[in-house]
Amino acid sequence: MSKVRTLIIRAPGTNCDAETAFAFQQTGAIVSSVHVNQLIRREKRLSDYQIMVVPGGFTYGDDIAAGKVLANELRLKLGEDIQRFIENGGLILGICNGFQVLTKAGILPGSSNGGSPLLTMVANDSGKFECRWVHLLVNKESPCVFTRGIDTMYLPVAHAEGKVVADPEVLPQLNTVLYYTDEKGDNKAGYPYNPNGSVWNIAGICDSTGRVFALMPHPERHLRGTQHPQWTRQGAKQYGDGFQIFLNAVNWAKSL
Amino acid sequence: MHRIEVYLKPHLPDARGLGLVRDIHDLGITTVSNVRVVDIYWLDADLLPDILDLICRCLLADPVTQDYQFFTPPTDVRRSLKEQSPFKNNLSPFPYQGEEDKGGEVNRQSHTIEVTYNAGVTDPVEDTIMKAALDLGVEGVRAVKTAKRYLLQGQLDDEQLETICNRLLVNPIVQHVVKREAFEFPENPQYKFILNQVDILGLDNTELLKVSQRFGFTGDELQAIVAYFRQQERNPTDVELETLAQTWSEHCVHKTFKARIKLGEIAIDNLLKSTIMKVTEELNKPWCLSVFVDNAGVIDFDGRWALCFKVETHNHPSAVEPYGGAATGIGGVVRDPLGTGLGAKPILNTDVFCFAPPNFPYEELPKGVLHPRRIFKGVRAGVADYANRLGIPTLNGAILFDERYVANPLVFCGTLGLLPKNLAQIGKQKPGDLVVLVGGRTGRDGIHGVTFASAQLTEESTTVSYSSVQIGNPIVEKRLIDILLQARDRGLYSRITDCGGGGLSSAVGEMAAETGVRVYLDRVPLKYAGLSYTEIWVSESQERMALAVPPNCVDELINLFASEGVEATAIGEFTSDQRLQLLFHGNSVGDLSMQFLHGGRPQPDREAVWERLHYTEPDFGQPPDLAEALLQILGSWNVCSKEWVIRQYDHEVQGSSVLKPLVGKDNDGPGDAAIIRPVLDSEMGVIVSNGINPKYGEIDPYWMAASAIDEALRQIIAVGGSLHKVALLDNFCWGNTNHPDMLGALVRAAQACYDIATIYETPFISGKDSLNNEFEFEGKTISIPHTLLISAIGIMEDVNQAVSMDFKKADDLIYIVGTTQNELGGSEYFKTRGFVGNSVPKVNPHHSQKLMSLLSVATEKGLVRACHDCSEGGIGVALAEMAFAGGLGATIYLKSILLGEPIDRDDFILFSESNSRFLVEVAPENKEDFEQIMGSTSLAAIGQVTDSELLEVYGVDERMVLGAPLGDLKEAWQRPLRW
Repeated sequence: MSKVRTLIIRAPGTNCDAETAFAFQQTGAIVSSVHVNQLIRREKRLSDYQIMVVPGGFTYGDDIAAGKVLANELRLKLGEDIQRFIENGGLILGICNGFQVLTKAGILPGSSNGGSPLLTMVANDSGKFECRWVHLLVNKESPCVFTRGIDTMYLPVAHAEGKVVADPEVLPQLNTVLYYTDEKGDNKAGYPYNPNGSVWNIAGICDSTGRVFALMPHPERHLRGTQHPQWTRQGAKQYGDGFQIFLNAVNWAKSL
Repeated sequence: MHRIEVYLKPHLPDARGLGLVRDIHDLGITTVSNVRVVDIYWLDADLLPDILDLICRCLLADPVTQDYQFFTPPTDVRRSLKEQSPFKNNLSPFPYQGEEDKGGEVNRQSHTIEVTYNAGVTDPVEDTIMKAALDLGVEGVRAVKTAKRYLLQGQLDDEQLETICNRLLVNPIVQHVVKREAFEFPENPQYKFILNQVDILGLDNTELLKVSQRFGFTGDELQAIVAYFRQQERNPTDVELETLAQTWSEHCVHKTFKARIKLGEIAIDNLLKSTIMKVTEELNKPWCLSVFVDNAGVIDFDGRWALCFKVETHNHPSAVEPYGGAATGIGGVVRDPLGTGLGAKPILNTDVFCFAPPNFPYEELPKGVLHPRRIFKGVRAGVADYANRLGIPTLNGAILFDERYVANPLVFCGTLGLLPKNLAQIGKQKPGDLVVLVGGRTGRDGIHGVTFASAQLTEESTTVSYSSVQIGNPIVEKRLIDILLQARDRGLYSRITDCGGGGLSSAVGEMAAETGVRVYLDRVPLKYAGLSYTEIWVSESQERMALAVPPNCVDELINLFASEGVEATAIGEFTSDQRLQLLFHGNSVGDLSMQFLHGGRPQPDREAVWERLHYTEPDFGQPPDLAEALLQILGSWNVCSKEWVIRQYDHEVQGSSVLKPLVGKDNDGPGDAAIIRPVLDSEMGVIVSNGINPKYGEIDPYWMAASAIDEALRQIIAVGGSLHKVALLDNFCWGNTNHPDMLGALVRAAQACYDIATIYETPFISGKDSLNNEFEFEGKTISIPHTLLISAIGIMEDVNQAVSMDFKKADDLIYIVGTTQNELGGSEYFKTRGFVGNSVPKVNPHHSQKLMSLLSVATEKGLVRACHDCSEGGIGVALAEMAFAGGLGATIYLKSILLGEPIDRDDFILFSESNSRFLVEVAPENKEDFEQIMGSTSLAAIGQVTDSELLEVYGVDERMVLGAPLGDLKEAWQRPLRW
């Protein structure tokens, strides 16, 4: 079977592309890091890949609002390609800024009302950018293909605008994939367990196909045991909690 | 012209506003109950309402959380806006009144303040909006200006409003409060070329003095310049004098360090060469690949990759505009590795700050000086915003406090870079290669930054030096880094350097020192029209690099850069005539011989004296309960937790961290040094640490320097490293070294660097100095304490051997490695009692080097569960930190501690700051192996880890002298900076 081809979209201010590429390479996938301009100029085509990733960073400086400018670029210039990519069974992953981009582009939660986003991300309740490790609980009911077989994860967040806000009518229909919890797994836990004040402790969501998934925490920053902040106390496992996300994506894409 | 206001829907809390409420309460103004922030955008365009609505709906406002309103003022803006504000009451989530309404009926319950950037200050958001509008298909937006409107709710009088404005909302260097009737898009000033010559040949001495002062030359330097131009039979042009001023400035050429110095009987010809550089030369380590010649020092990492490291200061700009000054400090130091060899990828940042204490009384603040709390917050935000956006993890640092940093805060920014070993050497261009300027455009930012950095600050500095403040745009730099590394890997250029202090003048002038260069200044892309040829040449606009590009690569390079939206422009060519030739629209505006520019500066002669100061010896008795004393030290500004700062840095980006700045059971203990894995699929690591202790310098700068080196090395050993492959950087920040006693202190510190580093076999690979950190007001001079920062990097063969400082397991043994002396001079303990003392901590490098090497062996064998070095607050603080970081108690017996001399007081044993000491946790089953490796000298078992959540210390007479719950200790340590 041919190798899975993964596309990592770069834009000015993307800054987690290298380690995200590394994560996919560790699964054996072929990874291309491509500037958004190359896609817009049609030098590269989305249809040549099975997985598309919008990695973390501060695209266009997060000027105006986090992810907004790249979101508009994707929506206005690549919207049809992306729609077709999803229809053809492709996988999309958004991490941190990628989550902000995908929601502001209306790609998540997968709106049906013609593009007006139903969900957004705003400044953390703390009013600060914060880098800290969070406990996550996977919603077993969600159709997400990236989190299959995972119950909980411990991953770092690093953002200033990660608070999920949604219309009250939209909330019950959301495909929530990840919740922030305390170390005991309580998904009602407050700050700092929920680092940003997200409604319902939402840390990640997917669309109805389960193939478009975005999360605020960074799975690519916990690929091996020595990235765990407690490894000098507990010993280092071979793989970190985030690795399975990439492995799942690639394994799913292999069957396409 | 259109005005757009975007604001959060009224039912949503405003996080930015709530942060401001806290800051306002910190000012002692408690009547403000709520603040909301409105984003204002002025568009210079003529757009139809439905297009404006599109821009608001699809770009500027978030449809889920924000509302917006736009307004197109009639052509006669001034009158109409003055007559009637269209925004009153209908926009705000609560009623408010304009600030101009003072004459009329004023609602004292709500207030509005609108703040915008000054003309000429570039707001990065403006470019983004122009681009994003085009993405939406909207053409014809000529310019954008942003502002913020703060809506404050609560009873405030005019004086309080002004206080809030001045202390929190507005920095007059870059911002002002909008008087609505005055708003307009400024017209670009035009520039008309006139060649400016400065008549120095016909001047008498008093007039020459004026020229010296204008350009910052010494008398000898100007004499040399006069002689040179007399030979040329002409007067210099302004740009020639500017070039000489930049090139010969303290900042660029380190003339104090290179001077002939006489200290008593000792004559020193070039302090740098005879101390710092001499260590490296004598040690002659084969892994030192490129030292003291490039923008950063380079060492071998693993035979395939090399690491380069540089720490810079950005003190003066941060004093005046903390946010912008610190941000561009990061931007600048990141370009150092990028401009080293043929270009390194920045992979780690380290930041060290020195401020006056945050509780400094407002009424004692010198005029024209920002309050330390504001400087602290601004610097932190500037560093975080810039480094986080660049995606460089900030993993190491320190923050120190002393009243004397009030007018001269110190901001050290350091960057570690990774590059292929075969590209580690400085490049070499050929005559005919083109000078290509890449990155951001050139504006008036930072004109005269270098001469500003080298001069003394005065009361007026905060008002007159505004053009010296550079404005940074991290995304422009990020784009530049991304594309430059691609160009490097394609081999498209032969040499690279950064445009930093001194702008093109320093960058191109230095690059071409051996060849010669011709630069066409009119080809430099400008942010706005109106710059003179001199301004173009010396501008310190950020985010620019200079390349030497072979002619056959130039098209490919320019196209490559364009593909990611980065400008690359050929602005000149390298020659073989060893001249610096500057042209502007065909006119020769400068023509200097490289030999004079780089070799014509007369070496100054300086007198230095050194006499040790003697302080009152403390005479207080030992307190019966040492818990109180420990809590006080833990809660001091210098020792307390810096988590508030560290958490706001991204320390995980790039996925390389192995040992993080915050460690322990709850991820909040103070790690000794950071470890990263620079090459993600390798087990090798690099350790980064720093040592700094200005308090010891008051007693003796020699032992301050020795202690700083020892501290940086201790931290490397503590986390599991070895002395095997460790490189050092020096950063001296001093008062005015024109005073012989200041210079004497500098000489002593540099001598210690030589003596100590030589024995530890740790070469210096680069360094920097910032002198003249003093401030004059009302006839008094405030000098900073002598401050030497030592930064260290150590190569670690296997990151899996890293050790953190938190206690791991009850019943483990606690050892101390190293002897304790009666060394409390300059200690935190004495400071809490109001003393300095005289017994400054010394270093015995022969002895310590052996100890450190043995401890490395023990760690490598996996015998060490936790290790923490003893620094500020001595054993007491180290012990408390290990305990609360691990969530485990400890029982310690002071009588077991090895003393280098008799000490009859428990408090002195507990809080002495003797160097070269470690607390080590060892599992009982490893006791024998550990003791065997360490040998009997300088090792003592002093207690056990317990599961009691209590720290207990028994005195020399076996009575309990300290018993404190971990919760209390941690609370005392975390409280001060829990902002």
